[in-house]
Amino acid sequence: MNAPAVKPPAAANEAYRLPPKLFSARCAACWFLLGLAALTFASFWTLDLQWAKFLSAESARRMGKFLAELLSPSMDPVFLKKLLIASLETIAMSALGTLLAVIAGLALALPASRTHAEDTAYWRVPTRLILNGLRSIPELVWAALLIISAGLGPFAGTLALGLHTTGVLGRLFAEAIENAPPGPAYALRVQGVPAGRVFLYSTLVQILPQLLSYTLYRWENNIRAAAVLGVVGGGGLGQMLAFHMGLFHMSETSSILIAMILLVALVDLLSYVSRRVLQR
Amino acid sequence: MPPQLRDPAWVSRVFWTSVALVLLAPAFVLTEFRPWTLFEPAALKSTKRFLADFFPPKIEAEFLLLVARECWRTVAIATAGMALALLIAIPLTLLSTSALSISALPGRMHLIPLFIRQATRWLLIVLRSVPELVWALVFVRVVGLGPTAGVLAIALTYGGMLGKVYGEILESDESHATNTLLRNGAGRLQAFFYGLLPQSSAELTSYTVYRWECAIRSSAVLGFVGAGGLGQQMDNSMKMFQGGEVATMLLVFMMLVGLADYASARLRKVLA
Amino acid sequence: MRINVEGLSARHRAAAARAPAALKPVTLNIAAGEQVAIIGPSGAGKTTLLHALACALQPVSGKLALDGIDPWQISVARLQKLRGRLFLAPQSPPLPPRQRVITAVLAARLPRQSLAASLRSLIYPIHIAEAEAALARFDLANKLWDRVDRLSGGERQRVGLARALVSSASLWLVDEPLSSLDPSRAAQAIDSLTRSAREHGATLITTLHQVDVATRFARVIGLRDGELHFDLPSHDITRERLTALYAQHEHELHGAAPTPGDDAPAALYCR
Repeated sequence: MNAPAVKPPAAANEAYRLPPKLFSARCAACWFLLGLAALTFASFWTLDLQWAKFLSAESARRMGKFLAELLSPSMDPVFLKKLLIASLETIAMSALGTLLAVIAGLALALPASRTHAEDTAYWRVPTRLILNGLRSIPELVWAALLIISAGLGPFAGTLALGLHTTGVLGRLFAEAIENAPPGPAYALRVQGVPAGRVFLYSTLVQILPQLLSYTLYRWENNIRAAAVLGVVGGGGLGQMLAFHMGLFHMSETSSILIAMILLVALVDLLSYVSRRVLQR
Repeated sequence: MPPQLRDPAWVSRVFWTSVALVLLAPAFVLTEFRPWTLFEPAALKSTKRFLADFFPPKIEAEFLLLVARECWRTVAIATAGMALALLIAIPLTLLSTSALSISALPGRMHLIPLFIRQATRWLLIVLRSVPELVWALVFVRVVGLGPTAGVLAIALTYGGMLGKVYGEILESDESHATNTLLRNGAGRLQAFFYGLLPQSSAELTSYTVYRWECAIRSSAVLGFVGAGGLGQQMDNSMKMFQGGEVATMLLVFMMLVGLADYASARLRKVLA
Repeated sequence: MRINVEGLSARHRAAAARAPAALKPVTLNIAAGEQVAIIGPSGAGKTTLLHALACALQPVSGKLALDGIDPWQISVARLQKLRGRLFLAPQSPPLPPRQRVITAVLAARLPRQSLAASLRSLIYPIHIAEAEAALARFDLANKLWDRVDRLSGGERQRVGLARALVSSASLWLVDEPLSSLDPSRAAQAIDSLTRSAREHGATLITTLHQVDVATRFARVIGLRDGELHFDLPSHDITRERLTALYAQHEHELHGAAPTPGDDAPAALYCR
């Protein structure tokens, strides 16, 4: 280490010391971002958005009146009791729909994931197609379709939530399974353990917190969705909201909106607390 | 069996399973959960008739052109809504995340920042607690029928959602790099750009793109209350029992979402 | 289990196809019940050899026979069954962090357990006593119900070794079992391991960085640059032979074992 250190040449303007060019013709990300910007611009351009009307004094006045009406919620005990039942119905729909989706989603996520490099995963593509199909149709549309088979009421809503959420959770679960650290599963596979047991004894525990947090988040989402499904006849708070808003019962509408916000805030709190407990 | 060979977690497992079952039982009653009604003759008959109606899907040129126009409007409402939602979400996330708290570095957060963070979180909760469909109902009353109500509804709800999840992503990540920067005297935004963002940018992007997909689905649904787009057409066709039209629109809609899915996968690959 | 290796060469899965094989043709014969230590500097191909013996890596060339059966000539189902008689303990213990120690240990029983029993065992562990006895060998009986992520690195490594006792394998392949143990623990762990292997009638092959521990094995194999450097009874291992084996890697001969992961051949990526 006693050879004299060679002095490095001045680096200021040597081409190879410069960072790569920010925008080059082969930079796929740049093209994508450019496309995104163009899409956004075109969206604003082609939609006949009525900002003038929205920002006008007239609209501000109407908005104000609307908000003022919303500030006097109905406190009629009979109505409140109905509201409570509708809220419970909404929670039950979302909980049951989510539970069905967790079971079905996990069952579909297993064939939809490639767990290791040599996994042939024949069913990966077809299962993913099914999951995509389930996911791409919104709950509300599922509900509108299912009402034909299951009739008006919360059962159609529950099934609609279940079907859509199966698609969402199935895909998320499959990604979680594929991204789980491979070490423990590898050790079992090398021992000749069949795939199902490898999943139960190594992958499942590793991804359980992730599955739970996805599930809770989806449940939270489903509570809002459950609230809205009533608009097409799927039961719950939405049915009441559609009814009273349609008849311009502003104080009842206000109570229902408050109930919705409280409901979601409550679920939010619960999911936060349970996440905390799980992380310990 | 000697006591050290007994599973100490058993009692709590049994307890929590029973609690879950007891809580779940009324849910079956409340939701009128009766799967067998699906297979009663009357239900089966109407299902069959509607499904038979689905086929063949309507593919007249004029109708397809209409569907294509409504499709673009759906995408445009979603994209414009997402752009506004990002304008709402990004500042609120930066305000609300405790990963960028300087006062929390030595231990507890100071009172004023704590208050600001909680207030921002409450704002986010309120924004996303009101479903976009309800926001749309409200805005349809204020600005009338049309895409404006849809864009605003998506902007508000998705602003709240993005803000919340961004905050969670930022806080769940390894805080070591960011804390080191903050401890060495970097500002919050500097710590964000040099510590937090590079660490979680992939996750943030992938979530944003995923939300954009959701926004497309939402904007289609918003049509059901008169905010324009594919939903409005679907609602009309359903009301007139035009199964073929519904089938076409469902297929087009699935393709749309599939396309968004593909775009999201590509984008994530490029940015990873 | 009896092992016959003839001109076996192998390459790590992550390595590029054109990369030189991590293990150049090696010929070896190991009798049933024998206990062998494999030593050599980092990158000598120790782990690759172990993975090839565990049927985790398909050899590039050469022949492998376990109890006279070539695992790559038989059907997939029979290979799976054969794998149930092998136990590979990777260098970093493959224990899922949130799992309980009992479940992690009992996972080694899975190859000979039905799906129903495996499911039941998740709800309430069966064979608790067996797991406890295995853990007791490594002084860990009191950790039976703890979660894996509450254990220290050394404890985790010993749990990984205890798994071997619960498995019904007749060939134990253990990769660097002592990398995160202090010297006294290391001696104790290796004693427990060799004694248990003898009791189970299992063939034990372990790679080691601690040359002094390796001499506790009857037979020591030295690997260098993917080639067999020596294969001798341990009393024939001389200072000179070790120095030749570790030439240019002297720090490894005296110093601590490298951290887990160092040994894995680096994947080669081209732009």
